[in-house]
Amino acid sequence: MFETSFAITDLQFMLAGAWVTLKLTLWAMLIGTASGLAFGLLRAIFPLMSAPLSWLLDVFRSVPLLIQFVLFNSFNSIAGLNWTAFAVGCLVLGIYCASYCTEIIRSGVLAVPSNVTRAARSLGLTFFQTLRYIVLPMAARVSFPGWINLVLSVMKDTSLVLWIGIIELLRASQTIVTRIQEPILVLCIAGFIYYVMSWSVARMGAMVEKRWQEND
Amino acid sequence: MFDFDYNFRWNTALKALPDMLAGSWVTVETAVISMLFGIVIALGLTVMRTARNPLLRGFSSVWVSIARNTPALFQIYILYFGLGAFGLNVSSWFALVAGITFNNAGYLAENFRGGLKAVPETQIKAARSLGMSAFQTYRLIVVPQLLRIVFYPMSNQMVWAVLMTSLGIVVGLNNDLTGVTQSYNVLTFRTFEYFAIAAVLYYAIAKLIILTARLLAWRLFRY
Repeated sequence: MFETSFAITDLQFMLAGAWVTLKLTLWAMLIGTASGLAFGLLRAIFPLMSAPLSWLLDVFRSVPLLIQFVLFNSFNSIAGLNWTAFAVGCLVLGIYCASYCTEIIRSGVLAVPSNVTRAARSLGLTFFQTLRYIVLPMAARVSFPGWINLVLSVMKDTSLVLWIGIIELLRASQTIVTRIQEPILVLCIAGFIYYVMSWSVARMGAMVEKRWQEND
Repeated sequence: MFDFDYNFRWNTALKALPDMLAGSWVTVETAVISMLFGIVIALGLTVMRTARNPLLRGFSSVWVSIARNTPALFQIYILYFGLGAFGLNVSSWFALVAGITFNNAGYLAENFRGGLKAVPETQIKAARSLGMSAFQTYRLIVVPQLLRIVFYPMSNQMVWAVLMTSLGIVVGLNNDLTGVTQSYNVLTFRTFEYFAIAAVLYYAIAKLIILTARLLAWRLFRY
């Protein structure tokens, strides 16, 4: 009654694609968070001097990610950088991620009351000590939900790298659809995998948030 | 490291500008249509979420969680290839609009829910006891206040809708901005030039939307 030519190897192929999606997300978040932290602090501490930085980062939020991938990929061949498609994908996603992360960190740092920083400085902490022990831990709690949302949205945006020829989850399922011609089944499995990945990230985020609340 | 062996041909690329502007218009149109339907559906979903009927509640929460937890590209795919499997061959434009509408509705419903919390329950009760019907209460009391709160997230969603229309190319749409750019690209292989112009146009559209939203907010929400 219910027959399918979907084989176990197809599932393995899709899971390998899901692994690529996860790796891309991880690299993008690493690049994005590291630079987002630096840029966000700059934006919070020197708001006027770093205004051009925010205009620049705004460009990455106002141009479709697909176009950014294509542009950087062609720049890659024009300049003869010879990066792999995966590296290009990571970099573009990383910059995209940084542009959002900067705003998240900036609002987190600005949410720390200036009284607290002044009190820390009066107690004799240096500027960097204040940052390290007072401002960043407090800002982290404010920024964390936004950061988790960013992880989720970047994980979904990784699906766009199929256009520059990386085989991730969606591309893998498309390949299988082309072979066995059962789009509904295969796409539902892909959707389910995406859903599970997003759900577990959201779940972990909620757990960390809960743990942090106990210390407040 | 850099060996630039490439001559930029901006003049050739700029000749495509009229066609690309026409494509931008299609892009904006698509985004506006998906946004309008998205708002209507999102309002419906928001009301459903507060309903007592568990079936209605379940339906709206399933919609919202699928829309928010799977990629927009996936949603467009499933509409394009999935409906095709049932013998409903939809055009790529329809799949794109339906996909973005689905996505917009999910995200907006979440925003509306947040906005709805800001409208006090007592106001609804007061309106009902003044003799308004449930529909009148929503139309005259709740929605105007809701719109004021969710206006800013809505303008953001509009920008996202425009950016999402670029996904139409993946299901073979060829008359929106990305589609036009791609057709010039495959003719000439001047990828960088054409896509750089497209990027500038997208940026301009996004900024225009933000500007319009600011002006509208200034005009609409003055007390």
